[in-house]
Amino acid sequence: MTTSRDALNLIICGVGGQGNILLSDLIGSTLAKKGYHVTVAETFGVAQRGGAVFSSVRISQNRACGPLIPEGKAHLVLGLEPLETLRTLQKYGNPETVCVTNTYPLLPIGVLAGKEEYPDRDELKKTIKALSKAAWFIDATSIALELGVRIAANIVMLGALISSGELPLTKKDIEDEMRDTFPPQRIELNIKALDLGASALRSHN
Amino acid sequence: MMNIATYPKGSRVVLQGNEAIARGALEAGVQFCAGYPGTPSTEIIGTLAAVAKDADIHVEWSINEKVATEVAGAAAFAGLRSLAAMKNAGLYVAVDYLLHLNLSTLGDRRGGLVIVVCDDPQAHSSGDETDTRWIAKMADVPLLEPSNIQEAKDMVIWAFELSEKLGCYSFVRSYTRLSHSRSSIILGNIPKRKRKAMFDTSKCYSPYIATPKHAALHEQLTKVQEIFESSPFNSYTGPEQPELLIICSGNGESCSVDAIDILNLTELVGVLKLGTLWPFPKELVKKHLTRAGKILVVEEVDPFVEIHVKEAAADLSAVGKPPEIYGKGSGHMDSYGEVTPDAVIEALSRIFKLEYQARDSNYEQKAQDAKGLVIGRGAIWCAGCPHRASFFALSDAIKRDRRQGMVIGDIGCYVLDVFPYGTHRTNVLHCMGSGAGQACGFGELGRFGFEQPVIGICGDATFFHASVPALMNAVHNKANMTLLILDNSTTAMTGFQPHPGTEHTATRDAATVIDTEALCRTLGCRVEVRDPFDIKETSATLRELMRDENGVKVLILRRKCELVRMRQEQTYPYKIWVDHEKCKGDKCGYCYKVFQCPGISWDKESDKAQLQAAVCVGCGVCADICPTRAIIKEDIG
Repeated sequence: MTTSRDALNLIICGVGGQGNILLSDLIGSTLAKKGYHVTVAETFGVAQRGGAVFSSVRISQNRACGPLIPEGKAHLVLGLEPLETLRTLQKYGNPETVCVTNTYPLLPIGVLAGKEEYPDRDELKKTIKALSKAAWFIDATSIALELGVRIAANIVMLGALISSGELPLTKKDIEDEMRDTFPPQRIELNIKALDLGASALRSHN
Repeated sequence: MMNIATYPKGSRVVLQGNEAIARGALEAGVQFCAGYPGTPSTEIIGTLAAVAKDADIHVEWSINEKVATEVAGAAAFAGLRSLAAMKNAGLYVAVDYLLHLNLSTLGDRRGGLVIVVCDDPQAHSSGDETDTRWIAKMADVPLLEPSNIQEAKDMVIWAFELSEKLGCYSFVRSYTRLSHSRSSIILGNIPKRKRKAMFDTSKCYSPYIATPKHAALHEQLTKVQEIFESSPFNSYTGPEQPELLIICSGNGESCSVDAIDILNLTELVGVLKLGTLWPFPKELVKKHLTRAGKILVVEEVDPFVEIHVKEAAADLSAVGKPPEIYGKGSGHMDSYGEVTPDAVIEALSRIFKLEYQARDSNYEQKAQDAKGLVIGRGAIWCAGCPHRASFFALSDAIKRDRRQGMVIGDIGCYVLDVFPYGTHRTNVLHCMGSGAGQACGFGELGRFGFEQPVIGICGDATFFHASVPALMNAVHNKANMTLLILDNSTTAMTGFQPHPGTEHTATRDAATVIDTEALCRTLGCRVEVRDPFDIKETSATLRELMRDENGVKVLILRRKCELVRMRQEQTYPYKIWVDHEKCKGDKCGYCYKVFQCPGISWDKESDKAQLQAAVCVGCGVCADICPTRAIIKEDIG
């Protein structure tokens, strides 16, 4: 597989504690093994404490890119939380942007405290669609909660992203990288999460 | 599995900037490393500590940055290559030592000493965005600033060589976008040779007598400048005679390259990237200044390169028309925050009078219309965090005490109290250890009519870092104050590093534990220890301590960081549910409006409190504070 766009700019966004950085590391190292130049930048600040987390992954066959994606230049958005997906599209999206997003909302503290209102789910979905060339919506957190491991939602989303065919990666590439770098007792569960994500995307309409 | 100490020479590996710095130190033959955790620098020492046994080196988390630098300095005097790593705020703790070590030199047997400082432009995880480069200028020592991850590794090796050659330490300045980015780089060899530590006692090294030593240091610096004038870390890319020359450093390089590419200015704009920033390679810059009539300087954060470029241009003004210099001084770049590709695009568009639009107007309009939906996501303590309970009890105690008790905060996860969604119980907050220090000061104002109770805060790591001298000062000078030690048994904010009160060292060896409680008692403080989850008891104890006017009181609120507890126990203490019969919904809202745990919210439809299944960790504190006992906690068997 080759990337038709060089460089390909992928943004992974979510909320602290969702395993955002694990995903960007995993995608980055898998692509690097396939010979791509990859630059990953992680913005987390104090995000472990419920703030927004944002990783950029820039993939090129020709050059090592800088860490920052210019505004309006994302090709691909992997959103682990729908409000964060919209936040990212709002700044980095363009008419060609493709996105895969988790639909399970994590309520910001202002919403939890009753000071602000979380956007209406349908309107959120409609706006994400309007700002993307193509958008897939996956209820990854519910899938992970059913698996009994809520933290695996990130891997469910990765399974969906791979299955979209938008990244120059196969599921096997990711599985191989997991076997190389994950603790052995976690591998089977994570592969299952990948599969569930892939089938969720395939059954998407 | 391979690690940073075992990847062979020539391998191509994806490394984080901080890991590359660690690998660079290993390739330079470093034997002694010390630091204090602070974002974005923490992974340098963290990475080295994890491989210390493989690499046969000493790695420690020191009590603070000053001590880290001093222990590394000692190892350098004894002939070992040594490294100290910290964030910008930490450098200022170490500066007293560093501004005298420059004058003494590192001695005849020296090993190279490299100080890596990670700045945080945009203050992503800091209370400031100060620029380390001024300290190098003040200290008259070399400073290198890498532009990418390969350079980060390679420059660290060179920084050791420079240090050894010149007899002085050298700085490597990193920054968030370098430290926290990853990219594949080519590795070099890690030498097997180890040096033996020894000090020649016939010698004495000190800054005295300072003035002649200062003069000698300047002479050394001239030699470094000569080396820097031809360093391959300074390079030019672009047309022979561009219309505009960008002079940049660090993150400015890749942002400039992206901006030139996006605006299609490759034929018109050249880029001079500088990696050796102090002493400034003035002759090299002068040579390049003659290429173009217009210069744009791109750097983070202060106009450091810019003022030195202007100085070089002034030298040229005698021989011809000086170029026009754009940058922070001209208002084309900001002298705060992070440099981004968009910031450079904007500056170039202004200079070349270009109309730039990142996306078509139709899409832009839709994106602007969506703005209203994108509400903020403030940071707050994790579900189950002991600090939430501590601040809840603290607020309760101060309210009941009715004397306008004041709170002086400190640096740790409890800074979140002053963030937009914190409780704002904290009245004053500055830096590591200033919770105790300023509490001491307020506690000494009694004779001027100050009658409010004073509560200083620190964490368990912060206590050791810089609070102990302030506490001693308070005891000695009879301050009337209470120090609240929020002891979660780890350095939580930066990722759970050990400190002198924990059982292990950085390299997981058994440590001699310093008993905080015993230490405070020895100093003559009245000491109480409580569990912050017992809110009633904590509040009652605090009120009693506030009323006790006999000197310095210490309340240790001890409970493990929830993230650490969860890692160790992998289970929740309680199953939590809401009894809809008893819950008064938004008429009350005590759990989500006042206690503000992200694990609980209001369900509009039922008008009842609702658990957030993906967030709640079952700590059960909300059940204890619920005024109507509507939140139920059940033991998980």
